[in-house]
Amino acid sequence: MVNIIVELAKYILILFMGCYTFSCFSIFARSHEDDQKRILIQQNIFMFLIQFVAFMTMFLKKQDIKILALYAASAVFLLIFIVLYRFLYPGVSVLIVNNMCMLLCIGFIILTRLDYTKAIKQLIFAAMGAIISLIVPIIIKKLKILQDLTYLYAGCGIAALALVVIFAQVTEGAKLGFTIAGFGVQPSEFVKIIFVFYVASSLTKLQTFRDVVVTTAVAAAHVLILVFSTDLGTALILFVVYLVMLYVATQQPLYVLAGMGGGGLASVIAYHLFYHIQVRVSAWRDPFANYSEGGYQVAQSLFAIGTGGWFGMGLFQGLPDEIPVAAEDFIFSAIAEELGIIFALCFILVCVSCYVMFLNIAMAIKKQFYKFIALGLGTGYIFQVFLTIGGATKFIPSTGVTLPLVSYGGSSLLSTMILFGIIQGLYILNNNEDEPVEKKREREWTDEPQRKSSKKKKECKKPRFEEVPKQRVR
Amino acid sequence: MKKFQNKEFARVTYLFVALFLILMAYIVYFNITQAKTLVNSPYNIRQNAFAERIIRGSITDKNGTVLAETQVGEDGQEQRVYPFGAIFAHVLGYSNDDVGKSGLEAVENSELLTSNAFFGEKLLDAFQGKKNQGDTVVTTLDANLQQAAYQALGENKGAILVMEASTGKILAMVSGPSYDPNQIANEWSALNSNHENSPLLNRATQGLYAPGSTFKLLTALEYIREYPDYAQYSYFCEGAIQYQDITIQCFDHTAHGLEDLRSSFANSCNSSFANIGLLLNRESYRKTAEELLFNHKLPSVLDYSKGSFVVDNTTSDGEMMMTAMGQGNTLVSPYHMALILQSVANGGTLMEPYLVEKVTNHTGTEIRKNVPKSYKRLMSSEEAFQLKEYLKAVVDEGTAMLLTGQPYTVAGKTGTAEYSMTDGEKMHSWFVGFTNVDNPELVISVLIEGYDGNDGAKAVPIAKQILDFYYSVP
Repeated sequence: MVNIIVELAKYILILFMGCYTFSCFSIFARSHEDDQKRILIQQNIFMFLIQFVAFMTMFLKKQDIKILALYAASAVFLLIFIVLYRFLYPGVSVLIVNNMCMLLCIGFIILTRLDYTKAIKQLIFAAMGAIISLIVPIIIKKLKILQDLTYLYAGCGIAALALVVIFAQVTEGAKLGFTIAGFGVQPSEFVKIIFVFYVASSLTKLQTFRDVVVTTAVAAAHVLILVFSTDLGTALILFVVYLVMLYVATQQPLYVLAGMGGGGLASVIAYHLFYHIQVRVSAWRDPFANYSEGGYQVAQSLFAIGTGGWFGMGLFQGLPDEIPVAAEDFIFSAIAEELGIIFALCFILVCVSCYVMFLNIAMAIKKQFYKFIALGLGTGYIFQVFLTIGGATKFIPSTGVTLPLVSYGGSSLLSTMILFGIIQGLYILNNNEDEPVEKKREREWTDEPQRKSSKKKKECKKPRFEEVPKQRVR
Repeated sequence: MKKFQNKEFARVTYLFVALFLILMAYIVYFNITQAKTLVNSPYNIRQNAFAERIIRGSITDKNGTVLAETQVGEDGQEQRVYPFGAIFAHVLGYSNDDVGKSGLEAVENSELLTSNAFFGEKLLDAFQGKKNQGDTVVTTLDANLQQAAYQALGENKGAILVMEASTGKILAMVSGPSYDPNQIANEWSALNSNHENSPLLNRATQGLYAPGSTFKLLTALEYIREYPDYAQYSYFCEGAIQYQDITIQCFDHTAHGLEDLRSSFANSCNSSFANIGLLLNRESYRKTAEELLFNHKLPSVLDYSKGSFVVDNTTSDGEMMMTAMGQGNTLVSPYHMALILQSVANGGTLMEPYLVEKVTNHTGTEIRKNVPKSYKRLMSSEEAFQLKEYLKAVVDEGTAMLLTGQPYTVAGKTGTAEYSMTDGEKMHSWFVGFTNVDNPELVISVLIEGYDGNDGAKAVPIAKQILDFYYSVP
């Protein structure tokens, strides 16, 4: 009996997830506020339904009351978060709030399945992150000097990374962080944000070629320290973020080409220098031939995805515990195994939807510094998603980075929630500057970063960047 | 600085969205092309997860005789039972929680652990908390013929393979010494440490042997290719050939007198073939061998060893003489020789051998069926026709005259390959051939290790015993 329910639940989850994902993109095509409002409410309903069905399935399978307790706690948390964010910031991008909650929700589900204690801890981290990300928009609004702290950012970033190199313990071939009061802290997670602030402020002031050289040198210092502490995933993220920001700021594709050339050369050198990179690359080439030497992780991940198939094994029906560090680096494989590849593809699309919205916001913003920040943070986010999913599916060598908002880990979760908070802050700020004295009522539910409220019709005029989402969706 | 536009932002967005579309396409491709192999990988312990919900299906011969089935005891304890014991051990393999899987049990694992029982029945099982019955794999094997082959092999070490010529269906595959798969867990360590007899080795596909005179088939083919006037070939055999400081003798020092290519082949005259070896182009010889799948992968679902042929431009004359008559460094499995004979029987085309006729659900409803398909053309039809004539001559007037005058016709080639062991010179005895020469019916490949001059251990009489059984000769 239980098995039938679990089996059925599997398909229901895929259906709900499909509906949610569709709405993530269909909303871009809607121009009526009422339509958008309706879709956003539907998204919340789908999310809570997914959470309900998933936790009920797990409860039936395990008959453990603890699962119901965690369900109640996480559902209440998500509800409060959604309501509070909208109440405090009427001008917030609801789509981003929804997506953020959806990703957190999937994280709670799969962590509960993998390791109950981690799920509890994750919920606590998420609550902390929620408080911070509720405060962040105010800070963005009040602190006008953010743009001028160029060297403070660089100093903090480099110092934090240098501390890691000097003091951190080595885990799995990479120096990542240290323990403070029982909590493991990974400074590099936060440096990702500070780094974007540094590059944005530096590029805003860009005048001469010399400025480009200096900025690049400082950015390269960050990346090199990370390479030294063998945190290659983060190094790669900062590298790509920098290239993208430099390209957009200078509108000069040649820099990107030069950067890619330099990066390519550097990777070849790094490959020959570091044994653990060689292990990862050979594990990527043929995980089965190098099964006992590093291929094990990737092989287990592929078994998980392949065995799960399109529809997955169903919650508590597969063996995602067999994948090493499933809760952290390979959580995507656990999702694909038990919830199915279709669900996992929808999940990817939700992440992409976040990114499209981030870049939409970046385009709508007028102040260059804020524009660059939204661009840099958005790119850092989506590239990290790419690295972790690409690594788990053997599309690229695995780099050992987390899946933002889903993977277990306090630093990763907090820094991502701060990242989302910053972008929300920029979005709200831009809306306020846009229409300082306009009625606030009208923007309450909408996602439009910018709107001419003089229009009496309910139709809100799309800003000049509409090309991106529209073409994607239709 | 240039006036700022959003064009670059849009480009960056498109780039990352495209990256994710490629990643998603890759995941879909991965699941379609590789998932099944991964599910069946011996490293993938997820197979056991299927076994928790499904009773492993049965394996039958082509007439429905059960070869392997899972019996469920009163207490729900499952036991894999092999009614024929050692007779099918290598081709069926074993499936055991402690020692793993091999043979067809490993290859067809996911079929056996999938249930295509009727939906209503599955639902009923689920309500009653019972496991579903897995699907049945119907093989191409013929239990009666397999038993006859097993008896014919007797106490000898060696392998026998019988295949349907026109389709590639494998009817019998025996390897000796064998073991009882019902006792695999108990005898595991003893079987593994028995290096003298290697009972776990499937000699039919994994055993590599010097081909002896059976290789003259390939040498003759090469001579035909290089010398269009091959019909004019003549050689006077005095029982031995002397070249530089090398002497090669005919079997039992028989002097065959004046021979053409046909009678050289029929008499299996070493001197004449050593002479031919001196006339061959080394590169072209190797190319022909490789076209006959030496040094290449073979079409086989079971584990096999590749045939090896090492002649190149540096090969000495002496080595060429040895290679041409089948000694040299050439190695081949009985399975590989059967494939070559099968292509001769089919006018040069190799039909892909297969072992699974169809998969049905446990009530016999067909789920999918394999059909014969051609794998590759190994030689032209003219060449195949000519070789067939030579093979006929071997039976009609040459070394396999034992098989003449039967109710069935045979074309084939005998072989005796010398090899030295610590206990002195020994020989392998080969017979490869096909029956019903005008419209080939069966391909048979027999290899007996350690032939000591005793008729009971000689390949031709053993082949005769099996063919007599098949054609019901009393």
